[in-house]
Amino acid sequence: MLIQAIAFYFFATIVVASAVMVVMARNPVHSVLWLILAFFNAAGLMVLLGAEFIAMLLVIVYVGAVAVLFLFVVMMLDIDFAAMRAGFSRNAPLGLLIAAILLAELLLGVGAYNAGGLTLGKAAGDAAQAAGTSNIEALGELLYGRYIVLFEIAGIILLVAMIGAIVLTFQPPKPGARARQDVAKQIRRRPEDATVMKSPEVGQGVEL
Amino acid sequence: MIGIEHYLTVAAILFVLGVLGIFLNRKNVIVILMAVELILLAVNLNLVAFSAFLQDLTGQVFAMLVLTVAAAEAAIGLAILVIYFRTRGSIAVDDINRMKG
Repeated sequence: MLIQAIAFYFFATIVVASAVMVVMARNPVHSVLWLILAFFNAAGLMVLLGAEFIAMLLVIVYVGAVAVLFLFVVMMLDIDFAAMRAGFSRNAPLGLLIAAILLAELLLGVGAYNAGGLTLGKAAGDAAQAAGTSNIEALGELLYGRYIVLFEIAGIILLVAMIGAIVLTFQPPKPGARARQDVAKQIRRRPEDATVMKSPEVGQGVEL
Repeated sequence: MIGIEHYLTVAAILFVLGVLGIFLNRKNVIVILMAVELILLAVNLNLVAFSAFLQDLTGQVFAMLVLTVAAAEAAIGLAILVIYFRTRGSIAVDDINRMKG
């Protein structure tokens, strides 16, 4: 239990500190790197909760794909980031006020639960993890069984996002910009068009 | 003993930091997108915490859907950002109202 508490406070402290650095860092590249740290530690928290599959998914999808995509875009765009921070201190009071109100409201609920005013309630479904099965096994059972439609909808969302991103960023090549491969022309080419057979006399060259 | 309230507190702080990030970096779309990712991470943490403490895996299935939508949103958002930068040469949020037809 003590180990679990130590691990929880370790991960929680780092995730909160790196989230602060994400929004405060001067350079967006540093923001992305702090975001990666935040995701890793959130994955640690989820491992503590017993959700190993979601934790691994978080590391693979967020750190492996989304954060690298962010890094790629930040480094590809040539932007004067110093000018971007012009309104930083001007917007800070309003932002801090709203954040403080929001945090107070959220923590009010947690405090009410702590004081016994709220109870956790019961799960609506019967999707408990059966004893003796691993988290990923139970989750796969659920995902490919009861929630198969949701799973396929998720696939369609990803497909639409992929097609959308390609359509948005696709630039048709300018004519004559560079040598382009003409596949039809390559396939049309026959050996007879490309080669000639010659049988020269001994001691004479070949004129092509 | 670490109860659900600890996890909910961490998720609440993460959520609020994401909202604060949108206010503080109002000019920089990239950091705003990162703040949205933080908010979605907080939501995921909440879903997984409730799923674990209620002994019901449905919350984790839902967390996967949130993850899917977050990945799709990041891809589309960054694609829009790239074509916007290509035409305008800047990504300042203040200029984006020119996009309305």
